[in-house]
Amino acid sequence: MLGYDEKGGVKISSSLGKSIPRKETWEKVTGITRYVNDISTPGLFHVKIAISPHAHAKIITIDSSEAMKIPGVKEVITGRDFPILTGSPLADRPPIAIDKVRYYGEPVALVVADQDYIAEMAANRIKVVYELLPAVLSPREALQKNAPLVHERLAEYKQHEEVYPEPGTNVANRTKIRKGNMEEGWRKSHHTVEVEVTLPQSDHAAMEMRCCTAEIMPDGKVIFHSASQSPFVIRRAISQSFHIPIHKVIVHTPLVGGSFGGKSAIQMEFLAYMASRAVGGRAVKLVNSREVDMISSPVHIGLDATVKLGCTREGKLMATEILHLYDGGAYSDRGAVMSRSGAIDCTGPYRIDNVHCDSLCMYTNHPYSTSYRGFGHPELTFAMERAVDLLANLVNMDPLEFRFNNAIGPGDTTPTQTLLDRSNLGDLPMCIAKLKSLIDWDDLPHRKIDGHLIKARGVCCFWKTSDTPTDAGAGAVIVFNPDGSINLLCGAVEIGQGTRTALTQLLAEKLRMDDQMIHISTGVNTETDPQHWKTVASRSTFLVGNAILNAADDAIVQLKSIAAIVMQCLPTDLDVGAGKVFFKDRPAKGISIDKIANGYKFPNGNTIGGQVIGRGSYAMRNLTSLDPETGKGNPGPEWTVGAQAVEVELNTKEYTYKIVKAATVIDAGKVINPEFARSQVTGGMSMGLSLASREAFLFNDQGAIINPQFRTYKLIRYGEQPQYFVDFVETPHLEAPYGLRGIGEHGLIGMPAALANSLTLAAGVELNHLPLTPEMIWRTIHDSV
Amino acid sequence: MSSLDSAKYPVEFEVNGEKQTIRVRAADILLYTLRDNLGLTGSKSGCDNGDCGACTILVEGFPIKSCLMLTVEVDGKQMTTIEGLRNSPVQNAFVKNQAFQCGYCTPGFIVNCEGLRNKLPHADKETIRVWLESNICRCTSYEEIRNAVKDVFSLEK
Repeated sequence: MLGYDEKGGVKISSSLGKSIPRKETWEKVTGITRYVNDISTPGLFHVKIAISPHAHAKIITIDSSEAMKIPGVKEVITGRDFPILTGSPLADRPPIAIDKVRYYGEPVALVVADQDYIAEMAANRIKVVYELLPAVLSPREALQKNAPLVHERLAEYKQHEEVYPEPGTNVANRTKIRKGNMEEGWRKSHHTVEVEVTLPQSDHAAMEMRCCTAEIMPDGKVIFHSASQSPFVIRRAISQSFHIPIHKVIVHTPLVGGSFGGKSAIQMEFLAYMASRAVGGRAVKLVNSREVDMISSPVHIGLDATVKLGCTREGKLMATEILHLYDGGAYSDRGAVMSRSGAIDCTGPYRIDNVHCDSLCMYTNHPYSTSYRGFGHPELTFAMERAVDLLANLVNMDPLEFRFNNAIGPGDTTPTQTLLDRSNLGDLPMCIAKLKSLIDWDDLPHRKIDGHLIKARGVCCFWKTSDTPTDAGAGAVIVFNPDGSINLLCGAVEIGQGTRTALTQLLAEKLRMDDQMIHISTGVNTETDPQHWKTVASRSTFLVGNAILNAADDAIVQLKSIAAIVMQCLPTDLDVGAGKVFFKDRPAKGISIDKIANGYKFPNGNTIGGQVIGRGSYAMRNLTSLDPETGKGNPGPEWTVGAQAVEVELNTKEYTYKIVKAATVIDAGKVINPEFARSQVTGGMSMGLSLASREAFLFNDQGAIINPQFRTYKLIRYGEQPQYFVDFVETPHLEAPYGLRGIGEHGLIGMPAALANSLTLAAGVELNHLPLTPEMIWRTIHDSV
Repeated sequence: MSSLDSAKYPVEFEVNGEKQTIRVRAADILLYTLRDNLGLTGSKSGCDNGDCGACTILVEGFPIKSCLMLTVEVDGKQMTTIEGLRNSPVQNAFVKNQAFQCGYCTPGFIVNCEGLRNKLPHADKETIRVWLESNICRCTSYEEIRNAVKDVFSLEK
């Protein structure tokens, strides 16, 4: 609160660096939070999806007569009813399969019924006759010259953003990085290694299944309630696909029950809209069962990669040649962009002057993929960091020292030839130094044998930029209430990360007021909230945060101009803080904001000003598209960097292991809310360890997924968590609010690599294939003998 | 009996201290009766298969996954859902430790902990692990939940 120090100056407590609790804390512990599926209206119809039992097959006939006979069934919808193609950047996906199915789990029909169980039963009675086609079951297989084509008409698809599909093949997108001189790079490399890694597709597995309601009003307005990270993109996608003016599409997004990228794709909304239209615009609800959520909705991308890496005799990295084959699945969706991200940052946070990378998003007959926490980076980092560890071993250097010596720094350029400086790049050497002391790296052995138990520690480094559209942006409006408190309006979705609370802290800091005086709704409404591109890429506190700071500046001007008239001075004489506007040189003399927040009324009744409403917006600056031949360009505003470590204890009798410790040091630019920051990082680490140690879709030889539920698709559980160590470095990004950097995804990025590096050291064999199950370790050891 | 059977049967039970008499189909699942008929949407569906624990409620004080129970099975029984807990030590510990992010699994975790506190107020670390591994949290690292649980059971952190 406002106080005055001895010299008469203003003393205001800061909101930054304070662990204030989530605004919606009590809602969440009392069960009154309303997620989309908790909203119901009388007369709501229910929608269920009938899915394909084949990975690749021609649809010969669809017979819905048995389904329609069930009392309560209102309508059955097939792909032919709405022959459109959706998807961004490449419109390659019919929301319901039309002529053929391309993955196990693909929607082939929708049923609308008055009861949920009736719709489900009817969906099971839809009879589809298929003619099986040969399926493409891995990205390497997809690249073969004689591979069956997943998309025969690739050349005809409409493109919404830059994407480079190769018609006549299964390549949905190719990104090329050509930097430096490869011949020279290899000539100067005395040591080289080559590794091949694979990461299978897996699932986001947010606890809340995807859910969406739709209703079409008599005037043509379409109203959605959707568990989504992209309410504003839903508006655009529905508008484009069904030729509805964008202002007539209204999206409500309440609190979301986890998403991790999986709810950034637009999928359920197309289906719910079609269902509502088929029944005259009635309100309908589509909620995935867990099984359908796992296999029918988009999944986490897979990767097969080859990395060749070379260094000098002294251990200086000289050259790398990288091939990424992302398993994008049946449709490209954001997988096409993730493969580009995988190219942009392909080297990891190291200075390598000679880089050749081809990063391909491959079509396969697997479920299609979309954004997943880390957006291509956990995958590229696993590939590169396995190579880095091998090379460090080859030159007989400590793996952290090797990374420290090769860490990228100001003055270096990225693979896309973006020049780095102290603002757009975090401080990796500092992260490595802090990690060393955090885990006593130099004082404890890296490998220790105790009978049949081997303890080992592995490390890795990561970096990430955001690779958004070059015009990604956000707006913010701040509205003053009569009591001087503020309603903050913005489009950032609360998916559990704490962004909406952290944003109130940024505003409180800027206006130098009590954060309890800043109110924010839990949900987003596209009809009343300013646009925010999407809540993805760890970019919301950056984009919306900058918009909020601009809105605060706008409000400050208004407050000062009203106060200046009342206080008979110039606006420039005044300052704002702690709920007051006061004289800069006499802070004790001022006027309380609640007296001017709705204009000021003089004793004679004359009034000046009205409600104070600040508005601000912000868009990415200086980003460019990448050159299609070399990858040259500026993909993102800054690179967050970090260093991570994992300690395991391997049981050499059973090949089981315990994850004992896991550590992360990340350059956060500025920590806004320490408790949220730690929790974001450890939450990401937990997800990364779960991913690396056990998560994978298991396919049979026909391409069907055989583990689409949590009983067979295992997740990390209570009691398996290691001891977590987290620390931060704060190197400001000058373009960001208070210097902050994105940290929401990053805890995950290096976990697969660090776990593989630690287990490789423990087991004494190279572990390059995820997930690192005891069976995988056993097989690798036995295959190597 | 076909699952299309729409015959309804009377069921009487007590939930959160209130007596309820409702008519349900034999196939109706307790989780959905609570959510759709009684508006108690705090219990969540996460798998409908007993794998995730988001639907956990107390039946006669014991934690039960309500997605695995038919409504007709709770005839004459007493239940507590997350809505029946207010300012409980478990809730306060979850608030203090911010032992949640998205909040979707939180009612299940809190109710399960509450059941454990009722049945085994002096539970040790291993017992707590066995009970709580029946719930999945995808957002946190479980460290925050462990800290909350340690507050409740007065264990050392």
